[in-house]
Amino acid sequence: MSEIINFASNLIRSALPNNGLKDIFRFNGGVHPPEHKSESTTHPITKLAIPEKLILPLRQHVGHIPKIKVQVGDYVLKGQMLAEPEGSVSAAIHAPTSGVVSAISEAVIPHPSGLPDMCITLTPDGKDSWAELQPVDWRHTDKKSLVERLRSSGIVGLGGATFPTHIKLRTNGKSNVHTLVINAAECEPYITCDDMLMRERADEIIKGIEIVQYLLGAEKCIVGIEDNKPVAASVMTKACMASPAITVKIVPTLYPSGDARRLIHLLLGIEIPNDKRSTDVGIQVFNVATVLAIYRYFEFGEPSISRIVTMTGNVTVPQNFEVLFGTPLKALVAAVGGVKPNTTHFIMGGPMMGFDLPNDLVPITKAANCIIAAAPNLFAPPPPAMPCIRCARCADACPVNLQPQELYWFSKSDNFEKARDYNLFDCIECGCCTYVCPSDIPLVQYYRYAKSEIIALDKAKEAADLARERNDFRLARIEREKFERAQKHAERAQAAKSEIKVAEVNVTEVKDEAIKPEDAAVSKLIENVPASTDKQAAIAAAVARAKAQKLAATANTTEMPAEKTATVLPITTESKTTEAETAALKDSELRAKQDKQALIAAAIERAKAQKLAAAQAGIAPKNIENVSATVQAEINETDAIREKAKQAVDTKVLESKASD
Amino acid sequence: MNRSPYITDAPTVSTIMFKVLLALVPGIIAYVWVYGGGILVSLTLATLTALTAEAILLKIRQRPVTPYLMDMSAVVTAWLLALALPPLAPWWLVIVGTFFAIVIAKQLYGGLGYNPFNPAMVGYAVLLISFPLIMTKWPAPLLLAEHPLGFMDQLHFIFSNVLPADIKVDAITSATPLDYLKTQLMLKHEVASITQAPIFGTFGAKGGEIVTGAYLLGGLYLLQQRIISWHLPTAFLAALATISLAFYAIHPAHFANPLFHLMSGASMLCAFFIITDPVSGPTTPKGKLYFAAGVGVLTYLIRVYGGYPDGVAFAVLLMNMCVPLIDALTQPRVFGHEN
Repeated sequence: MSEIINFASNLIRSALPNNGLKDIFRFNGGVHPPEHKSESTTHPITKLAIPEKLILPLRQHVGHIPKIKVQVGDYVLKGQMLAEPEGSVSAAIHAPTSGVVSAISEAVIPHPSGLPDMCITLTPDGKDSWAELQPVDWRHTDKKSLVERLRSSGIVGLGGATFPTHIKLRTNGKSNVHTLVINAAECEPYITCDDMLMRERADEIIKGIEIVQYLLGAEKCIVGIEDNKPVAASVMTKACMASPAITVKIVPTLYPSGDARRLIHLLLGIEIPNDKRSTDVGIQVFNVATVLAIYRYFEFGEPSISRIVTMTGNVTVPQNFEVLFGTPLKALVAAVGGVKPNTTHFIMGGPMMGFDLPNDLVPITKAANCIIAAAPNLFAPPPPAMPCIRCARCADACPVNLQPQELYWFSKSDNFEKARDYNLFDCIECGCCTYVCPSDIPLVQYYRYAKSEIIALDKAKEAADLARERNDFRLARIEREKFERAQKHAERAQAAKSEIKVAEVNVTEVKDEAIKPEDAAVSKLIENVPASTDKQAAIAAAVARAKAQKLAATANTTEMPAEKTATVLPITTESKTTEAETAALKDSELRAKQDKQALIAAAIERAKAQKLAAAQAGIAPKNIENVSATVQAEINETDAIREKAKQAVDTKVLESKASD
Repeated sequence: MNRSPYITDAPTVSTIMFKVLLALVPGIIAYVWVYGGGILVSLTLATLTALTAEAILLKIRQRPVTPYLMDMSAVVTAWLLALALPPLAPWWLVIVGTFFAIVIAKQLYGGLGYNPFNPAMVGYAVLLISFPLIMTKWPAPLLLAEHPLGFMDQLHFIFSNVLPADIKVDAITSATPLDYLKTQLMLKHEVASITQAPIFGTFGAKGGEIVTGAYLLGGLYLLQQRIISWHLPTAFLAALATISLAFYAIHPAHFANPLFHLMSGASMLCAFFIITDPVSGPTTPKGKLYFAAGVGVLTYLIRVYGGYPDGVAFAVLLMNMCVPLIDALTQPRVFGHEN
């Protein structure tokens, strides 16, 4: 009976658009995984003691790695900058405590690849003495210099995206952002760091929101909190009573409501177009912990040196800790009294989008919102995948309204173009599809694979296009050089001709006509033709003169050896021959032309044969190799420009990612 | 390595199939009550044939046998086919139909997930075309039969085609209401008078409508369990009701009322169990509506104008052909995209 009542009430509730919550704009799909949040909220946030060693990876954020400013052996104070941001999309690294830089070397970092990367190792001296901090009176400082300062704060998006925060606040004085959305949904199971932060430090969060609002010029701010965090929601609501511009809005607990685009839709009913950023429609999203970090930076001058981490999963007492960046995971594990014996490994992030950590020596980084001790009883290894039965549960669950079953089909069969057509790149890899798949198909893995393949293919194609373009450019260059050379020859020959006023040697014309063929052999043939110097021209002219005289002498005979006439090309306006002679000349001219064509055809044939032979031998065409210094210089120059443009595009892509 | 998500929401393929089988149980109980235990023999025969054929084919195709047999999809096909056949169908008919459904319509197309046509309906259509006489000869419900057969008699009849000495074949068979209606209409009788015949019940066939009602019950269970989406049964029943209502409104003497069509033949079985086969159906919500509505309309047209008593099998197969097109044309708008 209760089953029936439940069913009926569910039916009615699902028929209602907003699940009982006011002003909420639901998105398609989403899932309700078991929350496992209450376990880690029984204890307040505890400060984790300074460990024996801090390992600070340079790569803790999205963007360029920062430049190391210290050397091994340097003594550094707490909050001192160890590495400064390089380029616009980059973030600084600061010393989380005072001590000595004991190593700058590669170490294993928490990254899905599991590969080691450059890290600064700091051995704390235990004094924990601060460097001189420089708080700012943000209300009386101009925005531009505030954002510039923020660049060296080391603050990145603490929700897990780790995009350098100053980029998102860099408005250059002309911000069109009217609404600031604070992401406090924390939709992934197990994670409670934002929940606890709101419960304990709501006032500081509100102050941080005010700063960000000021920097963006956003008139209003909405804090989105899932309804499974009633304590945090009420504390936050109370805290923002005095600030009428800030409202707390409760959103239904539904993974992935914490995804920026989904959250904006939930709160404001606005769908950010897939090819635009939220700022294009006047909305900027910040994580709740990030705004707190901004507040602490301006109010106290404290850079980003620690964060709240949920240590949960297969441990006796799950809890949230404030952990210095660089703290090895095992110190955190020790703080919760170790893991239960059947623990197999650790997961960073939530169970929906997290990844396996290689071991417990990896340091806590800016991205580490949650560490879950994994055990088979918590996360059973998935059974072998069955065939897709097209049940479309994945489509029902997809928050982007994609057709995961089609994307799976296309990804599996390497039909990447189709996958792209079906908007594979709109997939946010939230894992809802895999979560509901009755066939236990690791769908997200297929999409990750297809995405990486498509990106690789695109890169390869781009490289091929580039190579082709460069080759075309070289060929054009060579042709132009040839033409210029030929022109020079012609000019010189012209000069010589005007001097001696005789018929020009026909080679010039042969050359002129032969300029068109692209092949190296032809150009060689042309280059081999003499008459490039004045002397040669004079000799040729003399020969021509002699021949013309001979021609005049045999004017009556109509039969002329073709080869002889072919070498002579009298210029009619300048020749002083009789009418008969002219007729004979015309005839010979025709023959000469025919012979010349034959000559050119033969040259082209030869060149083609050479080219074929070269191709068969696997040798690149000669004209690509021996380019002149000027051509090479120009190619280098265009390459440099292209590289620069590419970097600019990369930066743009990063920025657009960050705005999500 | 990134192998998230680490958690899944449990119903596996076998759970889904198991629930479908469970949802058929009320229908089967009603069936036994109306037509006798003979259907249980057909169900058993079909199940055994399906599992054996599936196992052999999996072996030949070098696929793991146990996990694929455990998905229960072959059993679902077998049950649906057995329930669609006449209750006292001879044993070989059941075996031939099931064999065709599993081997040709399912495994030879690549097994579970790859068959473009509903296997049970392929089996049914093959039998209907090959053995039209047996396929259209339905036994009368026990409550109408002059000499109701006991279970042992039915068993004997199924395997040896021999009835007890004192009973003739004609005595236990009767036309189905859909069939009877069609033939009587051709004799220029009016619907109102035709439906006075004893084989007609309150809504559809006497007895048969109880089975249909039981299928509806099972279907509601599947909906509640979210095994099937509401789109398919709703659109099918709505389309069938709408088109029959339109015809009925124009010429009530010549066309049966919508309720009769909803409660007769395989309507409910089709609405909740046959068109809900995910593999051969469309995947988009809109596509499901079009697909099911298409089946509803075709079912009606074949029933009224076609040469066969019920149109479900052919309607489903025809619409199966349209699935790729329907899916391609009904892609939903992706979040953040223009229409």
